[in-house]
Amino acid sequence: MIESLTPYGAILSARFRTLLQYRAAAIAGLTTQVFWGWIRVMIFEAFYLSSASEQPINLADVITYIWLGQALFRFIPWDVEKDIQQMIRDGNVAYEMLRPVDVYWLWFSRVAAMRLAPTMLRAVPMAAMAVLFFGMTLPPSWSAFGAWCLATCGAVVLACAITTCVTITLMWTVSGLGITRLLPGIVMALSGMSIPIPLLPDALQPILLALPFAGLIDMPFRLYLGNLPPNAVWWTLAIQGAWSLAFIALGRWLWSRGSRRLVVQGG
Amino acid sequence: MPMIAVENLTKSFQIAERRAGLWGAFTGIVHRKYRTVEALKGISFTMEPGELVGYIGPNGAGKSTTIKILSGILVPSGGVCSVMGRTPWRERVEHVRNIGVVFGQRTQLWWDLPVTESFDLLRDIYRVPTADYNRSRDELIALLDLVPLLNTPVRQLSLGQRMRCDLAAALLHTPTLLFLDEPTIGLDAVSKLAVRDFIKRLNEERGVTVILTTHDMDDIEALCKRVLIIDEGAIYFDGTVGDLRAKVTNERRLTIDLKDESATLLTADAEEVARDGRRITLRFDPNRVTAAALIRQIIAEHDIEDLFVDNAPIEEIIARLYGGRRA
Repeated sequence: MIESLTPYGAILSARFRTLLQYRAAAIAGLTTQVFWGWIRVMIFEAFYLSSASEQPINLADVITYIWLGQALFRFIPWDVEKDIQQMIRDGNVAYEMLRPVDVYWLWFSRVAAMRLAPTMLRAVPMAAMAVLFFGMTLPPSWSAFGAWCLATCGAVVLACAITTCVTITLMWTVSGLGITRLLPGIVMALSGMSIPIPLLPDALQPILLALPFAGLIDMPFRLYLGNLPPNAVWWTLAIQGAWSLAFIALGRWLWSRGSRRLVVQGG
Repeated sequence: MPMIAVENLTKSFQIAERRAGLWGAFTGIVHRKYRTVEALKGISFTMEPGELVGYIGPNGAGKSTTIKILSGILVPSGGVCSVMGRTPWRERVEHVRNIGVVFGQRTQLWWDLPVTESFDLLRDIYRVPTADYNRSRDELIALLDLVPLLNTPVRQLSLGQRMRCDLAAALLHTPTLLFLDEPTIGLDAVSKLAVRDFIKRLNEERGVTVILTTHDMDDIEALCKRVLIIDEGAIYFDGTVGDLRAKVTNERRLTIDLKDESATLLTADAEEVARDGRRITLRFDPNRVTAAALIRQIIAEHDIEDLFVDNAPIEEIIARLYGGRRA
């Protein structure tokens, strides 16, 4: 089993090494995220101060929710895998098909590397800074923390399955300009990244929770806050798992269709 | 059993036609017109293990399409193709484990990583056991003189350096069959010679079977005993370089350096094709006049410093072959 995972693990570690070459980018990214986090915290503070009615989630929790989002920002499926996009555009995708591995999983691991490497580099310093200086709180209990950890693993798999699927559609559209414009809007709004889902209208709640996106941000974050009880993690994992399987199945189907119609440039 | 057996292989592509102009672009949204391009119109050939075959033809002839089908990247529209007993596109994973491919215009190395890390990645992707990998890698590094390049990120390599690294990358898993698609394209003379020399040794010493596509006729002359010529999706020549010459022309060239720059040289048996100062190039048909007789005749009438006899350049033969078919 470990043996059979070697190629995919190698892709992941290569990505880390590539990324570590660009320290300036990591620092710049961190600064941007701190800046945006501050702005968003200020917006929500103003909103809570001007509102007289009781909110379904308190301000302290929203602030933690925001900083958690800033720390884990990079694993949200809001863009496509750039290396694969480039390969599809210039025909280097031919070399991917020369590898003695399942190309879907090869791409899935490329996507996982692209999602995880920057997240792991930035999340820890970002969260540490937020806890120390910006009012982010720690989970109320070890069980809440454990539930959040499990749900985060589920969220990563789901995010990668969605990203891989979207990336494979580039085999038809090539430029992907349309989808890369649409995707951030949809994902940010429906995952709770822009506004925590509990603050959205009650009528929308069941729909949002049934869609794949709440499993990315909202459900894990609420487990962290204790807003959802720790045993809700099983429900969260079930939703994440079902959507992951659906996106993996769709991605594999798209890949098998796409690779058959592949026209690699050249005479 | 032949290593490669191809029978009546066809491939056609559907290409969306775009009509010119704004109105054309608009109607294109509603109704697309497709044009079918037949890249391969039923080609057949076989190759034995240990052969080094040159696969040549003008741009758009179907060379790369053939290579891509043989390497399992493209699915043909029809025909039979067996490589080492497997159908490439049906048993892709098993098939690609045993072949190496170099596309001269692309690289399979990781752009941002040092060369040696790209090699290690390929080891992991091909699951090459460490001992085998180390042996194969060290051998390739020595043969291609890669030591000074190993720790350089690929983006900083020159084209010639990159091609040497790409050749090594395609061979780390010790494939027995190697496809080279224009491996010398864009290279300077020294790099070309290095690449050629390496391909020759690989074929002779390790017995690797090689298919080579190229536009560089020197590659063909230096490396290939057998050539396949393809044009407009059909193979119309399969034989040795000698057969190819015989088929098109058996004409020879005689190049003479005269002592006197102003002298004219007239002979009924040969025709002047070029003159550059004191150097004259003549062409003659060895069936009409032997080289010895022609030289005797010229020496008797002129003062000569130097001379040599040569075959017609292969470039010209190929050009004549393409031209003759089109005419």
